Amino acid sequence: MRRLFAFHGGVKPPAHKAQSTALPIAVAPLFSEYVIPLHQSIGGAPRPLVADGDPVLKGQKIGGADGNVSAAVHAPTSGTVKAVEMRRMPHASGLSALCVVLEPDGDERWIERAPFDHKNASPDALRDYLRDTGIVGLGGAAFPSYLKLNPGKEGRLDVLVINGAECEPFITCDDTLMRERAATVIAGAAIMREMLAAKSVIIGIEDNKPEAIAAMRTAAQGRDMAVVAVPARYPAGGAKQLIRVLTGIEVPHGKRSTDYGVQCFNVGTAVGIHDAIALGAPLISRIVTVAGNVVHPRNYEVLFGTKMQDLLALAGKLPDTDRIIMGGPMMGLPMPGEEVPVVKATNCILAGSQALLPPPPPEMPCIRCGECALACPADLQPFELYWFSRAKLFGRAQEYHLFDCIECGCCAYVCPSNIPLVDYYRFAKSEIWAREREKEAADAARSRFEFRTKREAREKAEKAEKLQARTAIRSVTETDPAAAEKKALIAAAIARAQQQKAEVRPQNIDNLTLEQRAEISAIESRRARFHEMAKTAADEDT
Amino acid sequence: MNNSPYFRQPVSVQAVMLKVLAALLPGLAAYVWFFGAAILVQIALASSAALAGEAAMLMLRRRPLALFLSDGSALVTAWLLALSLPPLSPWWLTVVATLFAIIVVKHLYGGLGQNPFNPAMAAFCVVIVAYPQLLSQWPSPASGDFMNQWQMIFAGAREHVDALTMATPLDALRTGLHAGTGKAAAILGGTQGMGVLAGQGWEWVAVGYLAGGLWLIQQRIITWHIPAAFIAVFLAVASAFHLGSADRFAPPLFHLFSGGALLCAFFIATDPVSAATTPRGKLIYAAGIAFLTYIIRVFGAYPDGIAFATLLMNICVPLIDMWTQPPVFGHKK
Repeated sequence: MRRLFAFHGGVKPPAHKAQSTALPIAVAPLFSEYVIPLHQSIGGAPRPLVADGDPVLKGQKIGGADGNVSAAVHAPTSGTVKAVEMRRMPHASGLSALCVVLEPDGDERWIERAPFDHKNASPDALRDYLRDTGIVGLGGAAFPSYLKLNPGKEGRLDVLVINGAECEPFITCDDTLMRERAATVIAGAAIMREMLAAKSVIIGIEDNKPEAIAAMRTAAQGRDMAVVAVPARYPAGGAKQLIRVLTGIEVPHGKRSTDYGVQCFNVGTAVGIHDAIALGAPLISRIVTVAGNVVHPRNYEVLFGTKMQDLLALAGKLPDTDRIIMGGPMMGLPMPGEEVPVVKATNCILAGSQALLPPPPPEMPCIRCGECALACPADLQPFELYWFSRAKLFGRAQEYHLFDCIECGCCAYVCPSNIPLVDYYRFAKSEIWAREREKEAADAARSRFEFRTKREAREKAEKAEKLQARTAIRSVTETDPAAAEKKALIAAAIARAQQQKAEVRPQNIDNLTLEQRAEISAIESRRARFHEMAKTAADEDT
Repeated sequence: MNNSPYFRQPVSVQAVMLKVLAALLPGLAAYVWFFGAAILVQIALASSAALAGEAAMLMLRRRPLALFLSDGSALVTAWLLALSLPPLSPWWLTVVATLFAIIVVKHLYGGLGQNPFNPAMAAFCVVIVAYPQLLSQWPSPASGDFMNQWQMIFAGAREHVDALTMATPLDALRTGLHAGTGKAAAILGGTQGMGVLAGQGWEWVAVGYLAGGLWLIQQRIITWHIPAAFIAVFLAVASAFHLGSADRFAPPLFHLFSGGALLCAFFIATDPVSAATTPRGKLIYAAGIAFLTYIIRVFGAYPDGIAFATLLMNICVPLIDMWTQPPVFGHKK
């Protein structure tokens, strides 16, 4: 029996998972239009590689990774590019970003696919390959996976954690994936273990998923991987919480878990890596739970770019649905509309209604009861952060580790005063970021100004010096006849300097080929001859 | 449209406050059983005054009336204050004290959640300084003729007060030791109305508070830290003095079951608004109250020390909280 480590706090919201696991994963049919945002991962926004009217194949790269942190995006199916334009993104802000709008031809014609030999590939080649197949973390953060698939300073990792905890209510995409494609998950985990040279692999699954645990245990037989049931307690599926539960290691905020000898990947990511390495297929789809206020809650295999409204129609959205949430009820984002597309970070589409997700009762003052501190998995004092954020004492909020907050929502969940605590933290964080940006801009402006002042002062000083020197020369010649000799010396020096200047020093004469050198010496000799001739003519004139 | 989380546990300030009131019921029942229904009259008086004062202040401050009147916090203050004052106090004393608690200590500091001092204890300090005589008149057991009590509370029929009231054993002990009439054990033994551990009847009221307080811990309304630290330190200090000189200091259990010690441990020191909040902070805070309570009770001029001790430690709360911030995830040594 493996020893597990509890994390502090956490809550037990109603799971609502049974509804969407009654039926197996269904492959969503082909819809009439796909809107594929180019920016689907943390990091740089990929550049578009296609234009209006271009035909594309399924799996063809349509957005090239940009910069060190970025991941490519691909056509989810074959068809024609209708437009590359700004469309609303699946984000609470409702902001638009560049998307490729694709009209499928229905043929599903793939690009050429070939397995990738990761065992004999150089680390650079492997990194580029994973970036160009668009592999990102499918747990929700969409962090480019190639950045995590490097064994770190030690050259090898102690523990590779595969995250199948899935602690948010309603979401069952990982659960069904493990039930139905356990062998692929395990195969993906095995590939990652090779890449990371990991000593051990632990797959953590919340104990409310007995079917998934059983399927994974069967698939992992003879593989030397541990499939571990962890107590169901939100947010056990947070990477840091799961690492803590399984290994006892606490990775502090802002530190790379690799430096602590551990790395964590979602089960969906394991499948994505398997498909990319073993099949040569880029990441173009994922499992998405459609749940909440729908007639048939279910998991679908969905192509990226599928509009949420198409999936909601498939699942039978009920008429009293008043909002669409991407993710679960604890951390999900409210969507600006139903036409926004499914992206790599979309694990769940939750239809909400007044009955299902009732608005919170009126907010009361904080009574410092400390329930939030008992629930906080980051061991923070949430009510103190709330007081500081409210008072705009952002420095104090940072001293009390505001940025260690993972915004899991446990504090707001238990608050008897119904305070939207996480909103206060989001506000404080964005204010701090804004102030830092302002400060940076102000610093840059100040250093620019200081440099200019310095330069102007220097120029002024130089000018004054020159002027003084000139005046000195003039005064010397005018007043002191004895200094005539000195003047002559100066004049001679100036003449020498001018002569030196006149002698053209040829440049770029190093590392020349023999032919070039020969050519140069030919030119030089010609020039010398002409000089000689000119000199003779001048002598004859005088 | 609100942001995540969209789920909330069905808890409310009102539910918390109602549970605190419910937890006071066992102690209150024992109170009525031994000392008659006068305490119920006082609770009704204090509750009415608290709600009236709360409503007036909410209107002046333009706050939603129904929301805050129904939160139960004013009632908790009223009940704790009524349970701290002698049950035969004249009606105006209870009303004035309650209004002071609600208007000055609670609302002038910003209302619910903003008061640095425990409202009930601050008001208690005000009246005990202003009317020390009235606050030393505690009923003797079986003084429970309700008509007499009613007369004393409302009609100002205070001339019979000596017939119905007496010094509590805590008072008798102090007076006796002061006058040098004998040793602690002898004084307590000779005190009329001495029960098994402490004052007859009062010890059962204290047991009631203990039972209600344990239920609050079980209900996760309060954590164990404050009551445990209070009781442990209180017993430790009392034991140290008792062992040092049994002639001059009463046994620790006598102290624990006398006066407001257990009411303080479970209901007053645990008031979340004015108490320390970190686990270690709560221990320090409660230890401080326990120590000061004992010192004030034994060496001071007042019958009990909980109110002054609580206020003194209330002042220290911001400092205690600042010093005892627990390490956060990933930053533990």
